[in-house]
Amino acid sequence: MQYQVLSRRDAETRRKSFLRVFAPPRLTRVLVWLPPLLFLLYFFFYPLTKILSLTFTPAAFTNPGNLSVALNALLFTFYQAALSTILTFLLGLPSAVLFSRFDFRGKSLLRALTAVPFMLPTVVVAAAFNAIFGERGLFLFLSSSIANRQIPFILHPSPFILILMAHVFYNATIVIRIVGNALSRLDPKLEQAARCLGADAFRVWQNVTLPLLRPSLIAAALLVFMFDFTSFGVILLLGGSKFSTLEVEIYVRALKLPNLPLAAMLSVVQLVFTLIFSVLYTRFVNQVATQTAPRFSVSRPPQSLREKAFVIAISLSLIIFFLLPLLSLPLRSLTRLEADRGQRGEIQYGFTADYYKELFINRRGSLFYVPPIEAAKNSLGYAGATVLLALALGYPAAYALAKPTRLEQFLDPLIMLPLGASAVMLGLGFLLSFGRALALPWFVPIAHTLIALPFVIRTLQPALASIPERLRQAAAALGASPFRVWMTVDFPILSRATLSAATFAFTVSLGEFGATLLLNRPEYPTIPIAIQRFLSQPGGLNFGQAMAMATLLMVLTMLSILLIERTRLSDAV
Amino acid sequence: MLELRDIFKTYEGSPLLRGISFSVVEGETVCLLGASGSGKSTLLRMIAGLENPERGQILFNGLDLAQIPTHLRDFGLVFQDYGLFPHLNVFDNVAFGLRMRNLRADEINSRVAALLKKVNLTGFESRKTTDLSGGEQQRVALARALAPQPRLLMFDEPLGALDRTLKESLLQELRSILHETKIPAIYVTHDQDEAFAVADRILLLHEGEIVRAGTPAQVWSDPGSPWAARFLDAGNVLEGVIKRSDEGGRMKVETAFGDFFAQCERRHRVGETVSLLVRQSSGGGQEINLKAEDALFKRDQFEVRGEGLVFQMKEAPVVGQVVKVKVEVKCLV
Repeated sequence: MQYQVLSRRDAETRRKSFLRVFAPPRLTRVLVWLPPLLFLLYFFFYPLTKILSLTFTPAAFTNPGNLSVALNALLFTFYQAALSTILTFLLGLPSAVLFSRFDFRGKSLLRALTAVPFMLPTVVVAAAFNAIFGERGLFLFLSSSIANRQIPFILHPSPFILILMAHVFYNATIVIRIVGNALSRLDPKLEQAARCLGADAFRVWQNVTLPLLRPSLIAAALLVFMFDFTSFGVILLLGGSKFSTLEVEIYVRALKLPNLPLAAMLSVVQLVFTLIFSVLYTRFVNQVATQTAPRFSVSRPPQSLREKAFVIAISLSLIIFFLLPLLSLPLRSLTRLEADRGQRGEIQYGFTADYYKELFINRRGSLFYVPPIEAAKNSLGYAGATVLLALALGYPAAYALAKPTRLEQFLDPLIMLPLGASAVMLGLGFLLSFGRALALPWFVPIAHTLIALPFVIRTLQPALASIPERLRQAAAALGASPFRVWMTVDFPILSRATLSAATFAFTVSLGEFGATLLLNRPEYPTIPIAIQRFLSQPGGLNFGQAMAMATLLMVLTMLSILLIERTRLSDAV
Repeated sequence: MLELRDIFKTYEGSPLLRGISFSVVEGETVCLLGASGSGKSTLLRMIAGLENPERGQILFNGLDLAQIPTHLRDFGLVFQDYGLFPHLNVFDNVAFGLRMRNLRADEINSRVAALLKKVNLTGFESRKTTDLSGGEQQRVALARALAPQPRLLMFDEPLGALDRTLKESLLQELRSILHETKIPAIYVTHDQDEAFAVADRILLLHEGEIVRAGTPAQVWSDPGSPWAARFLDAGNVLEGVIKRSDEGGRMKVETAFGDFFAQCERRHRVGETVSLLVRQSSGGGQEINLKAEDALFKRDQFEVRGEGLVFQMKEAPVVGQVVKVKVEVKCLV
């Protein structure tokens, strides 16, 4: 009897939940979903199918050269990513301890400094490392005038070392953030209990701290490895195409030594590994999240001599390592250290603003048919278009995802999938799918939008979800039309998130290198493309202009970061 | 065995501990009793070596501990919220201290088994500590601290988070284990019931100083100061003015609740203000009339309130009735 009642109720809930999942969504929701979904289908999944179909043709596999190229690229990619990850931890781990355990003057400033590179465009980072260590960098000129051409290795690292350093520069903040947060969430009682039970400092670390940090260490390692694995701009600009990682090889086989089936095959390999890493990363990040205990204030000023030495040593290394490239770039852009190409007679060494002035001059025989500053105009135009497009598509998607039905929850990972595809792969997909149509300049902002869209949605969605429905109902009950409801309730709350998302899309577009390199029309260069072309040309003037362009891009990006940070800060209040 | 000499410590600029001295002898359980924020936990942490005193010495068997790091002190510490290692199961938690001493595996196994039996957790070896109840976690923490057979055991509000009945049974277990092992122990709490139940000797901590020390019976019968009497909830604390003072220290004191006769240690002048501890006596004594306003059932007796005074009585009076109460009056300085 009771059983029957129960089972009937069961059936009812089952039917209800079935309806909730598979009931036809209302027309308005379909309309909301349609634009972002169609955009993704046409510009992401359609090119993806092109890549896949090209990969699994006999042409890709019958050529034995293809397989060995792919294997070598995969091995080298793993090798450099693993090495970069290890080095990133060598710097990041002590820094995480520094920031989570000790208080000292300028701590938050130093922490912010380590986070800056992560947002910088790859071309800027590559240009900055060139400015110090490159063939025309500050160190080489300084040391050659002093040390009689006996240049110590540390001042002139090989391209491979430079790549590794740039990767550390980029990703150290990931370790600092993830592991540092986990460290400051660690209950200090656990380490104290271990000490009372007879464990010395090393065994406390080995038996308590390290095992408890394990999920966050693995999550940080996976994320750093993933970024190093897909790194493109840094490798191409600092090492050249002889450092054939998967990404570089895709680019080479797409444009330089065309072999499209091989390029497609390489991107599928790349995508598979990226997806594996993302799945693993999500798993460990969830473990980190479940460990969240109340935060303990475990940081304090350094006390013993050893602690003081540790704080000084680590913070000094951080200051040098992070400030040097960031300062060298503008410095190098303002100093003449060698003759320009074809220049004769007396050369004025030292401080100069010429490299900036040159950007506005349309020289004959220069790289472009237009003054180089046109690249900035193009970049700003593309970035503006990206912002508009990303917001236009991101808003409906974020609205739907803020209160998703079950069916829509399945769409969420779909929207995030482009994150897993590398920029070069997106470019390749466009090349394969749209062919001649690419002559139209608006494919660049479309590619940029694909890259920026997941971030835009992730920024808008929590803000939208935070608006209580009651507020809207109250406004409607007071006689506001749907549009007025949106204007008076939604918009004020969303304006900050919108600004943040827009700035983000803007920054992404401004610095995007990989996809642009494949899609770009020679007569419409962007800033990163111009920098790359300047860097690849001989002569002091070209190098100087690359430095000047990169400095401009760095300043623009930093201003954007500042804007994002400020809107985020005032959100928290 | 353990001796503290004149310990000073400031916290955020204001003095926390102002010249603490006491010692603990073999097999003794000393209880540090004080309000929260009185610095008693800090004192424990200094004995453990997790913090350093600003002045003063901590000695064990006559040896100054200042230069000896925590892990070599061989003192067990049981934390308020247990501090169990979440990544280790029950067995590995208890075995932790033994592993740090590099004992052989079979010896570790047998000692952990014996300890888990002692705290009634046999069969819990492979359980995750996060799945245990508060009382079970507390037992694991106790077993973990006992395992390396420390020279001193310290408890920092170990039963703070547990409910009353669990507290009482755990206190009983703890007492018998401490008596059995003869390990000297320091027990820190703000709960007087816990303190009276577990301590051989109580040290009452107030404003950075030990204001009263003695066996539970001594401290209860003579709290010594109005603050201590109120903190221990020892009885009615009244203020009054001395009306008459005899040679032997016997005085007549006028209070808002009537006149009382009290015996004081030293002689006070007439007109001086003193505090009195007034509670019902088991034997003879002064008799007062009390109009009962309320009677609260408290297990084996009634708490009777009237005219601002509170007394414990075996039988409940009818509310509104005037009852006679025999009281014992103590002088508090």
